[in-house]
Amino acid sequence: MSDTLTEQKPKSVKPPKQKKPASLWSDAWYDLRRSKVFIIAAVMIAVLVVMSIIPGLFSSVNAFDPTTCDLTKARQGVSAAHIFGTDNQGCDTYSRVIYGARISIMVGVFSTLVTTLIGGLLGLLAGFYGRWTDTILSRVAEIFFAIPSTLGALLILALVGRENAGIWTVVVALSVLAWPMVLRIMRAAVMSAKSQDYVLAARALGAGPGRLMGRHILPNALAPVIVVATMNMGVFIAAEAALSFLGVGIQSPDISWGLMIADARNRFLQAPEALLFPALFLSLTVLAFVMLGDAVRDALDPKLR
Amino acid sequence: MAPQGDPILEVRDLVKHFPLTQGIVMKRQIGAIKAVDGVSFDLRRGETLGVVGESGCGKSTLAKLLMALEKPTSGSVKVNGELVDVHKGSNLKRFRRNIQMVMQDPYTSLNPRMTVGDIIGEPYEIHTDVAPKGDRRKKVQDLLEVVGLNPDHINRYPHQFSGGQRQRIGIARGLALQPEIIICDEPVSALDVSIQAQVINLLERLQTEFGLAYIFIAHDLSVVRHISDRVAVMYLGKIVEIGKDTEIYDKPSHPYTQALLSAVPVPDPEGRESRERIILQGDPPSPANPPSGCRFRTRCWKAQEICAVEEPLLQIRPGTDHESACHFAEVHDVVHAS
Ligand SMILES: Nc1ncnc2c1ncn2[C@@H]1O[C@H](COP(=O)(O)OP(=O)(O)OP(=O)(O)O)[C@@H](O)[C@H]1O
Ligand code: SF4
Ligand SMILES: [Mg+2]
Repeated sequence: MSDTLTEQKPKSVKPPKQKKPASLWSDAWYDLRRSKVFIIAAVMIAVLVVMSIIPGLFSSVNAFDPTTCDLTKARQGVSAAHIFGTDNQGCDTYSRVIYGARISIMVGVFSTLVTTLIGGLLGLLAGFYGRWTDTILSRVAEIFFAIPSTLGALLILALVGRENAGIWTVVVALSVLAWPMVLRIMRAAVMSAKSQDYVLAARALGAGPGRLMGRHILPNALAPVIVVATMNMGVFIAAEAALSFLGVGIQSPDISWGLMIADARNRFLQAPEALLFPALFLSLTVLAFVMLGDAVRDALDPKLR
Repeated sequence: MAPQGDPILEVRDLVKHFPLTQGIVMKRQIGAIKAVDGVSFDLRRGETLGVVGESGCGKSTLAKLLMALEKPTSGSVKVNGELVDVHKGSNLKRFRRNIQMVMQDPYTSLNPRMTVGDIIGEPYEIHTDVAPKGDRRKKVQDLLEVVGLNPDHINRYPHQFSGGQRQRIGIARGLALQPEIIICDEPVSALDVSIQAQVINLLERLQTEFGLAYIFIAHDLSVVRHISDRVAVMYLGKIVEIGKDTEIYDKPSHPYTQALLSAVPVPDPEGRESRERIILQGDPPSPANPPSGCRFRTRCWKAQEICAVEEPLLQIRPGTDHESACHFAEVHDVVHAS
């Protein structure tokens, strides 16, 4: 019988990368930390997040508050006093760009949270239970899915009206149309995880639906949803800017990059800085989240280790 | 290892038809895949029943039915004389403690995001009364040792083990609840030949140590021969011949069994010379539309008119000592043929 005990030396075991036994999550984190794209995106996002929480940290380099505007100094170019120039109302563009980060980040984070939680939960249920649960949820999702999101959000916000518009209405309008995409991705990932042998083995042991979903299916279905959630963050930020630009999103006196671009567009030739700087920040922010999503996908994708 | 006493598992007329539907909104049933179509047998304590048949003949479906992972279309499964009722939670939970399974693919049967300790310990989390919380880790380490793995590797993840080692982890998980029956669905066919023997030896050792009864599924007779007390040969959802291993290997009476045996590699060179080679024509027909009468008739060289009309029942035939589902059953030793 000793021959059954001799297989001590594994034939094809990967040499462990770290000293501690590695889970797939920590393997992914290990890969991520070595990705240049991830580092760049993470630094950019970290700066933006700090900017949105304590904007004073950045704007204090010059003495101007974003709300103290001097009409006599409207539409100035770059100068020592106003390093990004001033806008139509004579406000300091630099301060406003810094303060504008908050709305963008908030819209991105909250819309992503709402859509990921709702779409993720419903996708999990649809994929796991199948049958009529799936039929009903998938049909409802399809109805929303058929509406182009930005157009739909524009419509919703137009109905809500300018006087009620603000960050929360924007978050709701964007989320209402975006959760079905998360549902689809989660549902597909759950269905593929559900058919795996280890789920069958757990059922054979007598595991109930809660354990099957929480212990076996969700951890193995989460990767694509995480990737999409990261990328969506950038999409939502861009959509908020577009809606604010069109006048149905964030309203003055709140500060939003989209709103700043809208204000500056008619005087672009006289004062291009007032448009260029918020546009630059917006582009960099969206880019940072897209890059982050890319890096996360690369780290999570080689699932079959 | 000698099987004794009353049957521990009684399977009667087990049927599983998967409906074939057409249309997306208005689903219409246009037929059924007859994956398992009337299977009956007994399994006794400590016995190993080998189940053999070509790919697609319904072996895995049979295993899932026995594990109550699929709902049978009809028929019954009794464990220790008690009927298994898929709809009764308490009944099912007790049943699951008594019958467990080892799966074919060691790469997909272990959750990649759980540690080995969590995988083997999960049965205790589900059946909390089997082991108190404080004892579980120790029990898992004992199980690792029983299946020949290092107990210190309890915190490792499946991807850090080889195929053979993973299969041992799967076996340890199956043993955790101390079941009386373990269903092995092609437990070695995904492994290297050199590792296959080790895993089979392990299964045999565990059988004597714990008095386990096995259903051992394989698609070729040579793997089953070593471990089985009795062998059932399946073709298109039905058992066509069943008997003691010596009866099946030395005195096969069904043409399909004879064909399968003629294809088994024989270890000694003398056997190879005397062996008859029967080559089956064509592929097995679709289980959605099996031939009338005898299902094997489209590939049988002995087929007569009656074979298309009357279904041959699985019964003891004149001149044979075990059950065979052929109108013209006749003992014919293919392996030692002269
Ligand atoms: N869930 C299902 N729905 C529909 N048909 C199925 C399902 N499961 C199995 N089948 C069909 O039932 C038949 C028997 O399948 P099964 O997996 O039991 O075969 P098998 O003998 O285990 O084959 P293999 O040796 O390839 O594992 C096949 O034709 C298969 O396509
Ligand atoms: S019953 Fe007829 S067709 Fe079927 S195996 Fe026997 S001889 Fe062949
Ligand atoms: Mg199978």
